[in-house]
Amino acid sequence: MKDEIQTPADRSANLKGMGCSRKRVEDVRFTQGKGNYVDDIKLDGMLVGDFVRSPYAHARVTAIETEAALKVPGVLAVLTAKDLEPLGLHWMPTLAGDKQMVLADGKVLFQGQEVAFVVATDRYAAADGVAAVEVEYEELPVVTDPFRALDPDAPVLREDLAGQTEGAHGPRRHHNHIFTWEVGDKEATEKVLDEADVVAEEMVYYHRTHPMPLETCGCVASMDKVTGKLTLWGTFQAPHAVRTVASLISGIAEHNIRVISPDIGGGFGNKVGVYPGYICSIVASIVTGKPVKWVESRMDNLMSTAFARDYWMNGRIAATKEGKITGLWCHTTADHGGFDACADPTKFPAGFMNICTGSYDIPVAYLAVDGVYTNKAPGGVAYRCSFRVTEAAYFIERMVEVLAIKLGMDAAELRRINFIREDQFPYQSALGWEYDSGNYHAAWDKALTAVGYDALRQEQAQRIADFKAGKTRKLLGIGLTHFTEIVGAGPVKNCDILGLGMFDSCEIRIHPTGSAIARLGTISQGQGHATTFAQIIASEIGIPADDITLEEGDTDTAPYGLGTYGSRSTPVAGAATAMAARKIRAKAQMIAAYLLEVHDGDVEFDVDRFVVKGAPERFKTMKEIAFASYNQAIPGLEPGLEAVSYYDPPNMTYPFGAYICVMEIDVDTGEHKVRKFYALDDCGTRINPMIIEGQVHGGATEGYAIAMGQEIVYDDMGNHKTATLMDFFVPTSWETPHYTTDHTVTPSPHHPIGAKGVGESPNVGSVPCFSNAVHDAFRPFGLVQSHMPHDQWRIWKIADDLGLHG
Amino acid sequence: MIPAGFEYHRPADLTSAIGILQEHGDEARVVAGGHSLIPMMKLRMAELGHLIDLQDIDAMKGIAVGGDTVTIGAMTTQHELIVHDGLGAALPILREAALQIADPQVRYVGTIGGNVANGDPGNDMPGLMQCLNARFDLTGPDGSRQVAARDFYEAAYFTAREDEEILTAIIIPIPAPGTGSAYIKQKRKIGDYATAAAAVLVGDGTASVAMTNLADTPIWSEAAGAALAAGDIDGCAAAMLGAIDPQEDMRGPVAFKKHVAAVVLRRAIDSALSRRS
Amino acid sequence: MSKMHVKFTLNGQDVEGLAEPRTLLIHFLRETLNVTGPHIGCETSHCGACTVDMDGKSVKSCTVFVGQADGRQITTVEGLTNADGSLGVIQEMFREHHGLQCGFCTPGMITRAHRLLQENPNPTEEEVRFGIAGNLCRCTGYQNIVKAILASAEQLNAMKEAAE
Repeated sequence: MKDEIQTPADRSANLKGMGCSRKRVEDVRFTQGKGNYVDDIKLDGMLVGDFVRSPYAHARVTAIETEAALKVPGVLAVLTAKDLEPLGLHWMPTLAGDKQMVLADGKVLFQGQEVAFVVATDRYAAADGVAAVEVEYEELPVVTDPFRALDPDAPVLREDLAGQTEGAHGPRRHHNHIFTWEVGDKEATEKVLDEADVVAEEMVYYHRTHPMPLETCGCVASMDKVTGKLTLWGTFQAPHAVRTVASLISGIAEHNIRVISPDIGGGFGNKVGVYPGYICSIVASIVTGKPVKWVESRMDNLMSTAFARDYWMNGRIAATKEGKITGLWCHTTADHGGFDACADPTKFPAGFMNICTGSYDIPVAYLAVDGVYTNKAPGGVAYRCSFRVTEAAYFIERMVEVLAIKLGMDAAELRRINFIREDQFPYQSALGWEYDSGNYHAAWDKALTAVGYDALRQEQAQRIADFKAGKTRKLLGIGLTHFTEIVGAGPVKNCDILGLGMFDSCEIRIHPTGSAIARLGTISQGQGHATTFAQIIASEIGIPADDITLEEGDTDTAPYGLGTYGSRSTPVAGAATAMAARKIRAKAQMIAAYLLEVHDGDVEFDVDRFVVKGAPERFKTMKEIAFASYNQAIPGLEPGLEAVSYYDPPNMTYPFGAYICVMEIDVDTGEHKVRKFYALDDCGTRINPMIIEGQVHGGATEGYAIAMGQEIVYDDMGNHKTATLMDFFVPTSWETPHYTTDHTVTPSPHHPIGAKGVGESPNVGSVPCFSNAVHDAFRPFGLVQSHMPHDQWRIWKIADDLGLHG
Repeated sequence: MIPAGFEYHRPADLTSAIGILQEHGDEARVVAGGHSLIPMMKLRMAELGHLIDLQDIDAMKGIAVGGDTVTIGAMTTQHELIVHDGLGAALPILREAALQIADPQVRYVGTIGGNVANGDPGNDMPGLMQCLNARFDLTGPDGSRQVAARDFYEAAYFTAREDEEILTAIIIPIPAPGTGSAYIKQKRKIGDYATAAAAVLVGDGTASVAMTNLADTPIWSEAAGAALAAGDIDGCAAAMLGAIDPQEDMRGPVAFKKHVAAVVLRRAIDSALSRRS
Repeated sequence: MSKMHVKFTLNGQDVEGLAEPRTLLIHFLRETLNVTGPHIGCETSHCGACTVDMDGKSVKSCTVFVGQADGRQITTVEGLTNADGSLGVIQEMFREHHGLQCGFCTPGMITRAHRLLQENPNPTEEEVRFGIAGNLCRCTGYQNIVKAILASAEQLNAMKEAAE
């Protein structure tokens, strides 16, 4: 055989396994326009649904007149809450234990809320129908400020909750209050703050924004009245969870529901939630007996489905005069909009905000989060982050900078003296997490050296002198961030959504000729799972990645899993993949030993085969073993070579990184230019460096957008001011910085292959990095804290407030 | 984001187009590139019974660079302005401005005629046309007339064009040899309208200054031009700041816009002066 | 509203159909002709996912009425695949340099890159960044898209040279 003369290194390269930059298998169809996204689905007789939406942020709905709409050619039905009520579907449960109106039930709570669902033969007729529905509203006083919402005389938003003093996460103390979540030792923290040498205090606001995947949310519901089976295609980041939720709220038996996530055009958290469009499409399909498609417009998307952030984080940080941090206190006011539709694990109403001690060894800490209703859209999803980790990272990375100012210290040095040391891992944080592994000092030093930190500071000093001398109007900011992520939700003992434990799964079947198919409970939205998970299997069992088909997203075929978000695919499903592969390898070892007529323990795995120890010329390749497994390989042994693994991770994983940004700022116009952005990521074992680098570029670009201009804005009347891409900032290739990527490798000790996940790190890390660069530019002139986004007028305002415009 | 229904017309000549306009009155609108009108139709903020596509009217196309003037057919796209051979030498500011409009795709279909005729205060060409003292050819049922760009804009989306007239061409006087020019636009990103934009011409004892998106019409200030012609940059800026009336929007508050207007204007003046010969 | 007859050339083939005049080209392509490469991302002519090539110009087909396209030559990403079914140069370079992730912007991006390189066969990085600024991508941060387009230019020029 030809491969007998190949070296193990050659054979290993043939596998295209872990560690190589394998080209993506997805791209052959995507580059030709042959992807299959939800709006590409076309079924016989398919109808289209579209929403009548509220123009008001808070109003009573006194009448809905549908007669004219029903006369519009092509319009077949108009659903209102009255039609859904008999089915018990006019409200639906949210992932956060609250409930949300599917269609306006007597009132509306945000502009753009779904009021009626028009079903028509095509999208043109549906739009005409929407225009013909007449709704009478009676305006109510609007609250858009979460602090004002808690005033005793604030308007009552959720009349349906009147008298309910107990919410899904404990007591409610006000009619617009959702929950209070407390973690840590309040008393001990306040004592430290009282007695500290130095305390820095600041309100850090992380503004409301939106994940805005390029493809909006949508679905096609098809109820087959003959078989009684509902098929639901949609942009779902968690198809199995959607199936279970759909079954629970519709009463359709779960085996009669098939949920399929086709190709998804980006998710970033936007596609985790369950939206009224899904429910209405299902109902409309049942009512009409036809498939019904609903796809959001961009305005619908920005106005109604799943915003992110909107956290007011009031912090206090204590330190010795030498700069050793001694305690951290945080009170957050969380604006959840009209319904609490956050997508967090059940026991974590503010997600993993309690990772807010960051990369630092802080002995004592306390965190409290108050969730509040306002007249804004619901959501609060993790926009490319693991459940509020971005908010936490932004908070601590700003607080450290504020403390550095108070201490008069260099912010890089302040971080260095407070990092958790390598020998402290596994590290128990004051707010309850066990960090698995890290080497922060090594990453930090590598980053500072790579950018020439000392030289940059000298250049900055010269720039300040030149600015003061009137020789330039541009300032130089050096943004620093060292972030620690917490991803891979998660251990079932503390992570579930609606009672579904957050394990994940992989099933592998080896075909007789030695190729394979693997199916997972996750779903790619661009991360390249079909490429990378095959690489894990290739390395684990020695079948070339090119010979492995990878499928996700069809609940009739894939094993149950909780889906893809929170950087959980590699930490959880990736682990399941390795574990399933290892089951196969164990069986293959038995077969190989039998065929080689030695004991099981006398053969060892060697890249793509089992060899007899000490006699490498005696071997059985995986191809041979696969074929043998379909015959009577070992008398009495079950035929076939398949395995499934449901993996419940013992812990979360804790990727980290050191990011540095160098930014030029025009004091007079507020314009900026990113001169350099350096991103060092440590995501543990690296499966595909090309894909990791691509994830970093993309995540950092989202972070750039958020930090420098992207926001969801409402005026005092609750009017949404940023519903198109004219005003909702998504940078083009022209504005987007160039990135330099780098890495260190600190494997996770508890993950089967040591991988930690990377997709969200760059969003988590880059937002504070860009923001810190802006702050750093103005630090010499007295700036301590200024809210994001740092768009042109806000940067100009900083300069103006500091008297820099003369 | 679906427009209401309408009837589509694609006349082969100007007379037919005007005939359709006459027949349907304010129920009809002409469309060139459509990148201002079609989004408004999709939002149903513009609903009309008849859409008249001007793409087949050859008389409205083409760029003619003469000795004293440049004549540009209204259906000339921004892209054609950018790539035209002779135009860059005669009117470099036109290319400079066109490159700052929208994005490549929009420049391929967006026309200079649509940009100046629509009356959108965010459009770049109206201010530039005022700076250059261009004239617009308007043709209606009673024949043609010319209106100076400086007299054309009345309020946002209101212009001197009558409902039954079509803006067919733009006539731009070529500035005297040696005149320096610059178009500077501050925006948030590619594709955005100006936070503030300034068009400046500076020659030997002459100057003209106009600004964009700082009022409900473009602002050409005779006093600002006169001050600059006399070498008084501060006076020019003061006159212009007195003439603009910016409104707060997502680009920022009024104070910011006024400050940026002055900065952008001074930078455009500096640039134009440096290009003067 | 009565329907109008529309006829144009799509990826080298004559196509025709009936459509309401208000039909947008993107919907006609995707829903009447089942050409689903061009996507809908924003509907306000900002994102470029719907970009097609029309008479040698990159246009956003969400902002073109079907009547405006009558008689034109239209190319979509489907038309950029080689006759033998293999990936065209730009498609191949996007794959080679990881110039795509979710794939949703990719058809519009590649169609735009095709026209850019026709007009400017030797672009600088800056010219590429300016030239594709009408196409938004949420996944890649553009860095590898720019790399893929620059590599495409090199490859196309080498092929041209070899052919001469």
